[in-house]
Amino acid sequence: MADTVEFELVSPTRLLKSEPVAMVVVPGAEGDIGVLPEHSPLICTVRPGVIKIYEGDKVTEEIFVAGGFCEVSPTRCTVLSEEAMMVADIDAGEARERLSEAEKALSSSDEDGREKAEDERRIAEAMVAAAASA
Amino acid sequence: MANLKDLKGRIASVKKTQKITSAMKMVAAAKLRRAQEGAENARPYAERMFRMVKSIATSVGDTEGAPKMLSGTGGNRQMLVVCTSDRGLCGGFNGSIIREVRARLREMRRNGTDFKIITVGSKGHDLLRREFGDNIVAKFTDIGRRGVKFEEALGVAEKITDLFEADEFDVCTIYFNKFQSAISQIVTPQQLIPFRVEAADDADDDADQKTDGPRAVFIFEPDEEEILEDLLPRNVATQIFQALLESSASEHGARMTAMDNATRNAGDMIDNLTMTYNRTRQAVITKELIEIISGAEAL
Repeated sequence: MADTVEFELVSPTRLLKSEPVAMVVVPGAEGDIGVLPEHSPLICTVRPGVIKIYEGDKVTEEIFVAGGFCEVSPTRCTVLSEEAMMVADIDAGEARERLSEAEKALSSSDEDGREKAEDERRIAEAMVAAAASA
Repeated sequence: MANLKDLKGRIASVKKTQKITSAMKMVAAAKLRRAQEGAENARPYAERMFRMVKSIATSVGDTEGAPKMLSGTGGNRQMLVVCTSDRGLCGGFNGSIIREVRARLREMRRNGTDFKIITVGSKGHDLLRREFGDNIVAKFTDIGRRGVKFEEALGVAEKITDLFEADEFDVCTIYFNKFQSAISQIVTPQQLIPFRVEAADDADDDADQKTDGPRAVFIFEPDEEEILEDLLPRNVATQIFQALLESSASEHGARMTAMDNATRNAGDMIDNLTMTYNRTRQAVITKELIEIISGAEAL
């Protein structure tokens, strides 16, 4: 049994990360999912949040994703996300601005735009939370 | 015999044209490189997205509850998305795709099939408007001016998904120029809705799957239907993005080749004109000399 799992993070414009990791925690839609080698095959949606890569007991990397999908196989963990960035690179001020803008858009949105505005607000909220924890 | 001043003027004007075409060629070459890079970078996402949809699709199969986007609605109302460029001067790029689409559309019209069109790029809209103007339901322009963005593909995809949900069509196909090389682009139809398992060429993907063992035992969280509901529109967007990238690479490639030819033709033309110019100049001098000499002899 291999003691690492091949972690891949892909955005539409490029392959952001592809490396073997000891463990990775993905923010699944219904709760965080820790992926270790030999995980059973799984497909889930990803909510806006932070992906944590573990080396032993320590978190070595934190990456913010704005939702997406995750596919896990015994040897691999692939996350597809339209927006992703290192937590350290998030500008807290910018994130807050985005949140307030999203809230404004949500309050002024009509029936059709509501869902989209809510999604955007959730993303911004998660971003602010990620920035605060960094 | 053409007069000297006219010839000089023509040479100057052809030279200017040549300057423009050669500049355009260089710009197109630079853009082509960037577009190719973009297409290259987008491939992993598309491949993995496709793999994911395929695994779910095979697991859901043709069950009752499968989303319409996957199983199809059973009807035959067509939706065509046509990718063209915003600007001309790119050889047969727009012409070849429009020719193909037009043939398809005429056939549908003959068979009485209902069809709608979405045009991407203003050239496609201009060329299809006269014959099929009533069938164009949406047009997108200015896409990919600064390299194709995923958001732009998302915009097109949203429109398509909305129309599909409003039950406006049953089958959606995107027509675009697949980039082969700077000289050759292949007009490719690709079905977006309903999802086709064998749609993309994924030979290396199959090899991938073998190492992963059997496929059908995926755990889904939340359930298949909910994931599919999210995933299928994303997959449409991804495929459109891919098509737009290919199309943009093809456009720049076609333009580069066209401009290269134009530059060469301008060069030939300048040579010819210069030859005529020199001949004419000599002839004029000779004529003048003859006139002077015969004038002197007459005295």
